[in-house]
Amino acid sequence: MSETTQQTGRLIGEPGGGPGPQSSTIGILRGWLGIFARQREATILVVTVVLLLYFGIHDTTSFVSQANAINLFSELAAPIIIIAIGEVMLLICGEIDLSAGFIYCFAPFIMFYLNVYYGVPALLAIILALLSGLVVGFVNGFITVTLGVPSFITTLGTGFILAGLALTLSHAEPKDIPPATVTIGNYLGTDGWAQFIWAVILVAIFHVVLTRTRWGLYTVSTGGNQLGAREAGINVGRIKYGNFMITGVLSALVGLQVAFYTNTIDPLAGQYLPMFYSVTAAVIGGTAMLGGSGTILGAFLGAIALATLIDGFDIEGINANSVQIVFGAAILIAMVANVQLARVRERGRIR
Amino acid sequence: MTAQSQEPGMTEPGGDVLRAEHIAKRFGAVTALVDVNLRLARGEVLGLLGDNGAGKSTLIKIICGFQQPDSGRLVVNGQEVVLKSVDQARALGIDVVYQDLALINQLTVYHNMFLKRERIRWPLLNNRSMRDAARRYLDEMGINIPSVEVPVASLSGGQRQAIAVARSVYSNAKILLLDEPLAAMGAKEAAIILDLVRDLKQRGDVSVIMIAHNYGQVLEICDRVNLLQHGQITLDKPAKDTSVQELNDIVVAEYRRAMEQRQRSA
Repeated sequence: MSETTQQTGRLIGEPGGGPGPQSSTIGILRGWLGIFARQREATILVVTVVLLLYFGIHDTTSFVSQANAINLFSELAAPIIIIAIGEVMLLICGEIDLSAGFIYCFAPFIMFYLNVYYGVPALLAIILALLSGLVVGFVNGFITVTLGVPSFITTLGTGFILAGLALTLSHAEPKDIPPATVTIGNYLGTDGWAQFIWAVILVAIFHVVLTRTRWGLYTVSTGGNQLGAREAGINVGRIKYGNFMITGVLSALVGLQVAFYTNTIDPLAGQYLPMFYSVTAAVIGGTAMLGGSGTILGAFLGAIALATLIDGFDIEGINANSVQIVFGAAILIAMVANVQLARVRERGRIR
Repeated sequence: MTAQSQEPGMTEPGGDVLRAEHIAKRFGAVTALVDVNLRLARGEVLGLLGDNGAGKSTLIKIICGFQQPDSGRLVVNGQEVVLKSVDQARALGIDVVYQDLALINQLTVYHNMFLKRERIRWPLLNNRSMRDAARRYLDEMGINIPSVEVPVASLSGGQRQAIAVARSVYSNAKILLLDEPLAAMGAKEAAIILDLVRDLKQRGDVSVIMIAHNYGQVLEICDRVNLLQHGQITLDKPAKDTSVQELNDIVVAEYRRAMEQRQRSA
């Protein structure tokens, strides 16, 4: 008991207790913590740059070109980035959305049927398609928060339902992009860099939301200490509902963008892969699966790293199947590093 | 917000800022509170004592709006209130330091200090203002931490507790509920918190309910003590009319009774 007293007495002293030997220890500790805290984004930044340089030097002619840059950043990375934004928000507040790739598949059909069968104007049809993602997010929130089903199961179920709806509605036939929507489609995803520009803008917005607004603070609080957040008066249910709805809209947006870009509405688009890539990007970018911490910028870099691997291996003619081995290894290495760093941090704290 | 002292049963000249009447609360098969009657006068520091599981924390959580009683009523400043949320209680000037502190480990000290009371420069958080205010205030209180920008996870148990107490005091609450504010603290830190409560007492407009296990500390700082046993207040005395000895005897007697019951049933 006296030991604790001494130890804590050292740390909480009289005001203006000058810099003694103990405060320099704390200073070093702080420095370490700071490095670890920042390193999560620093690591993935280094990895991404190294990958880009490797393929850039190794396959200069085909990798360093306007066409390949658009392919890498806009076609491959942007969808992962945009969905990852939602998944990061959800993972931080302690949830996950497995249905993201199915909202992505389903939303363009809403636009198609509203515009072609019900004569809804193009812009309105697109907005309503985005809102359908919001509704799915709300349902995910309702089943998870209000009915108390773990989000892993909730979104597994809603994902299946959406997949079935898309197949049933379309009779498993791809549909053409309605001509009326093409102009708006250009801004959303058809033009070369459009998808990536959307991704960058959304990353900037949500980075600020996460780090500089009440919503971000409460999202971290909800995942970091749910009971504590509730005791402090935070409506944790509302935070979770909101982040499910954000993820829903973002997934619907990606679905529309990809439909415009590929010039078809495919009832088998999306599925699980975009969600898995996005969660992978989030995790290797430093977002904790257990909630309470994560970064949008890290997920952005993680998505570019994944896209670089997909694209680079494709250019090098390496079998697509073996790319998955690299992905698996990347996830495991990132997770091991995360867990081990947390242990080092914990040891640092206890001294 | 005017406290009219026209209510019956009032003894203090300042009037009661808070009264709990016939509060009862069950959790499934467990009865936490049977029939609690408690009053708190303006500017008074009330010590709430009782065995583990006596219902102290439940009572605190009902008064701060985190939980709702099954029956009974709360009267704040002479008006009956039904508290459905922590925010609602806060709006009436009731703030609380929970036993588990309700700190978010991943957030910085100053974000924790201002949690649910953020300073906003729309639409963003005014981090600089919160950081400076937190630093100034903690320095003023004599709570020495390495920096207000570190996550609270990196602080010691006593420092975390000091942050939680400082947060509530800083909120300008008129009724402050402290659930074991000294539990994880060494003597030096405890002295800081006890001084803080003493300062509040001198100001005269802040009333405090404090749960603590150290009877010496309680009697030193409190005006009055209440003992909660088996979901009821069984003792209500001015601090000067009781002693550590008497309080200890009551607890020992309760242990004896429990032992005897066990032996009888064995």
